[in-house]
Amino acid sequence: MMNVFFILLKQELVLAVILFLLLMIKLGSKERSNTSTLTLVQVLLLVNLAAGFIMPATGSLFGGMFVTDALIVLEKNILNLGLLVVSMMAWPWLLRHKHVTEFYLLLLSATLGMFFMLSSHNLLMFYLGLEMFTIPLAALANFDLDRKTSGEAAMKMIISSAFSSGLLLFGISLLYGATGTLQYGELSQLLHITPLVLFGFVLVMAGFGFKISAVPFHLWTADVYEGAPVAVTAYLSVLSKGAVLFVLVPVLYKVFAVLAIPAGHAVFILAVATMIIGNLFALRQQNIKRFLAFSSIAQVGFILAGLSGQADTGGTAVIYFVLVYLFSNLGAFGVVALVSACSGKEAVDDYKGFYRTNPALSWVLALSLFSLAGIPPLAGFFGKFFLLLAAAGKGNYTLVIVAALNMVVALYYYLRIVRAMFMEDNAAPIARIRIGPAPGLALVICVAGMLVTGLLSGAYEYIYRLVTAQAPL
Amino acid sequence: MSLNLLLVWPLLTVLVMLAAKTVRQTRVLALMGAVCQLLLCAVLLYSYQAERAAGNTAAFLFEENHSWYAALQIRYHIGVDGMSVAMILLTAVVVLAGVLVSWRQTVLGREFFFLLMFLSVGAYGFFISLDLFTLFFFLELAVIPKFLLIGIWGSGQKNYSAMKLALLLMGGSALIFVGLTGLYFNAATPGFDMTVLAAHPVSAATQRFFFPFLFAGFGIFTALFPFHTWVPDGHSSAPTAASMFLAGISMKLGGYGCLRAAIWLMPAAAQEYSWVIVLLATIAILYGAFATMMQTDLKYINAYSSVSHCGFVLLGIGMLTKTAVTGAILQMVSHGLMTALFFAAIGMVYDRTHTRLVSRLGGLLRIMPFMSIVFVVAGLCSLGLPGLSGFVAEMTVFMGAWQRQGMGYHLATLAAAASIVVTAVYILRAVGKVIMGPVAAGEHLSLKDASWNERLAAILLLAGIIAIGFAPGWLVGLTEPSAGHLLQQTGDVLTPH
Repeated sequence: MMNVFFILLKQELVLAVILFLLLMIKLGSKERSNTSTLTLVQVLLLVNLAAGFIMPATGSLFGGMFVTDALIVLEKNILNLGLLVVSMMAWPWLLRHKHVTEFYLLLLSATLGMFFMLSSHNLLMFYLGLEMFTIPLAALANFDLDRKTSGEAAMKMIISSAFSSGLLLFGISLLYGATGTLQYGELSQLLHITPLVLFGFVLVMAGFGFKISAVPFHLWTADVYEGAPVAVTAYLSVLSKGAVLFVLVPVLYKVFAVLAIPAGHAVFILAVATMIIGNLFALRQQNIKRFLAFSSIAQVGFILAGLSGQADTGGTAVIYFVLVYLFSNLGAFGVVALVSACSGKEAVDDYKGFYRTNPALSWVLALSLFSLAGIPPLAGFFGKFFLLLAAAGKGNYTLVIVAALNMVVALYYYLRIVRAMFMEDNAAPIARIRIGPAPGLALVICVAGMLVTGLLSGAYEYIYRLVTAQAPL
Repeated sequence: MSLNLLLVWPLLTVLVMLAAKTVRQTRVLALMGAVCQLLLCAVLLYSYQAERAAGNTAAFLFEENHSWYAALQIRYHIGVDGMSVAMILLTAVVVLAGVLVSWRQTVLGREFFFLLMFLSVGAYGFFISLDLFTLFFFLELAVIPKFLLIGIWGSGQKNYSAMKLALLLMGGSALIFVGLTGLYFNAATPGFDMTVLAAHPVSAATQRFFFPFLFAGFGIFTALFPFHTWVPDGHSSAPTAASMFLAGISMKLGGYGCLRAAIWLMPAAAQEYSWVIVLLATIAILYGAFATMMQTDLKYINAYSSVSHCGFVLLGIGMLTKTAVTGAILQMVSHGLMTALFFAAIGMVYDRTHTRLVSRLGGLLRIMPFMSIVFVVAGLCSLGLPGLSGFVAEMTVFMGAWQRQGMGYHLATLAAAASIVVTAVYILRAVGKVIMGPVAAGEHLSLKDASWNERLAAILLLAGIIAIGFAPGWLVGLTEPSAGHLLQQTGDVLTPH
């Protein structure tokens, strides 16, 4: 019995052990240099990532509250990889920070919360995991301690999260009222299309919408992304969104299977609004973090388009796209983080003439943006193609046409950055940046990921196998 | 031979070029790579002809078919027919000529050659694809290098032109994508394999809905009216080699795509929409020709005349007769060579005189005889002088177009044929002013004639033009069976017996 417990909870336990280890180190030793702490953390996170791949198991714990299977293990591994990359990217910024250990304590507890949310098999457990990762993240948004905007970001985030949690909880309570259960399996059996259930569903979707910043629930995103430290923004835009999307796939396709038609309408409206509004606002942003915020909103629109497809192709496309998006967006944020840490510059105009001084970083940023725009041979092309192909699978050609035209608009603003870097002159360009080993490795991982996950079909096929093989609720 | 070599070789060149330290090394590598590409293509032509001579009548030769994304029935399916071989040869020639004329590219030279080689990967991949997914993949692969080439090394309104080109081409891709999904889900078994889709066409209603998406999408690439506006800006802002590639190959991707994806896979809709294509093509031909007359910049002259000449490609495609489609393919090859030569000549003039305005040039024949002759021959080819490739191609298009019954089609053919007079006006006027005439500026007298690399590039392209002009038989023999195969379900009813 104990063995099963350890095997099923392996990823959570490893993360928790690292967390406590860091806590002990923090309490036990008076003065440690940031470099040694950072090195130790990277090693531990690497171990954590590697441990995730050992012995994936299927089973459930705590009276069916917690389940895990090969797909969920994979999703956690994807998050682990993102965690490692974000952590390596943050190195130059953390090196001069006063509270490195605290940063990681919060970051790891947020990730732990995501893991529990991913494994949840019960709306209560889901809510618990969601809160467990949101609250540390709000604290993390405040981690540029001497900048007021950082505090403002944290404040905005905690207020909007609380509001969205309220909506979510209200929705959950309505569903409980209608069915008398919170267990996914029972819910999927007992739900019927009644006004009460529909109302509950809409509220739950609104809660999800806040977390993935779908329009019209996106208003907090840009300010929080702009104010928070770049590493935290990267974490927010990729990992926290990715984790919620991972959960949204089974919730939408399985728990709310009965509501397929109204859910399809809801997803359609959200997708179209998110794509268009995200794109239109991204067009004229002058701050690169705000720009990436709106671009990530638009990306969510495309993901939602994929979610409107069939369960197998749509679900696979979404999970695959999150993986691709992780590499692409973290690649972009990696460069932005380095520039921000070394020069403090965050305006789009500051990137003019960037290629003359930093050719390697320019190429990484350009490739990431191309991948986000869906240009081959980068993985983003495949991700977008499969998302829209899934959307077309249900004959929803309006959505496909809107999405395809939105890709043209999106290309414009991604190319705007590329144009600034490669084609425009600047009297005072960003000075040459020395790329340290950790951020360098992070960027190499991102570029390799962008090239490999698309051209080789293995990742997609593997996810497809796991999605189709997943047991019913 | 394995067609994969056509992709592997340029990719290898690109990888080796990454390791090069200086521009000098890079350009030598690029030249070696381009020469080997041309040799490879010659081998391909030879083995293709040998297979055909040996009696192999399969529609596509050297086929390879591997599963890529098995879960989605996406395959890596490649193979060539006569049309592909012709386009591949054209690509190799233009790429080699492009490398040669860019020999003195010193600003960011490594990146320049890198992108040029990368573009060729996209073109080869596109021409060998027999799967719609790979076709689309390679089509999009070539968009961004063009954007960078124009934006970084271009002249004039380069940022505007680069962005306009990228967005319009991406818009074309978006339309193509919608068409692809329509074909994919409405096929008997979902899939992108073109040979399967052609054997079992989707229903007529589906074709009616999705044909415009595919045709207009590819049409944007080949300057289909009214989506041609990227052509003049893009071509005139691009550096010489990129202009050559854009007009010589990139626009041909569109024509090839129209034939391969739209006409071949949706025969019923092709017949239905045939009159629309012919109408738009005729407008493009006339509009392009008259617009050229008003231009004062040499590059704009050639760019607008490209709109007109690519109109002939679309006209041939729209007529749906075997001869007309053969003519369209010939026109793609001929225009590719001719326009590349023209842009090369304009580039040589511009490099020396730093102006492209006709009014500021004159009497170059006395100063740069070689370059002037190149210029004149390109011009004569453009207006369809017998003995050069332009005549062969346009004549075939007209012959084929006339075979199509119907008053409207005859009128369109007449109008298109009449446009050659306009072509003669603008070409002869430009040639007369720039080449003959009095010397425009005193300092031009000290300019040097073409250097060895420019001479080689020009001779290479001239050889192609003259070879097609004097002995068109081999090219017609190569492409005509493909044209027949593309029209196997469309053309028969329309060709008089």
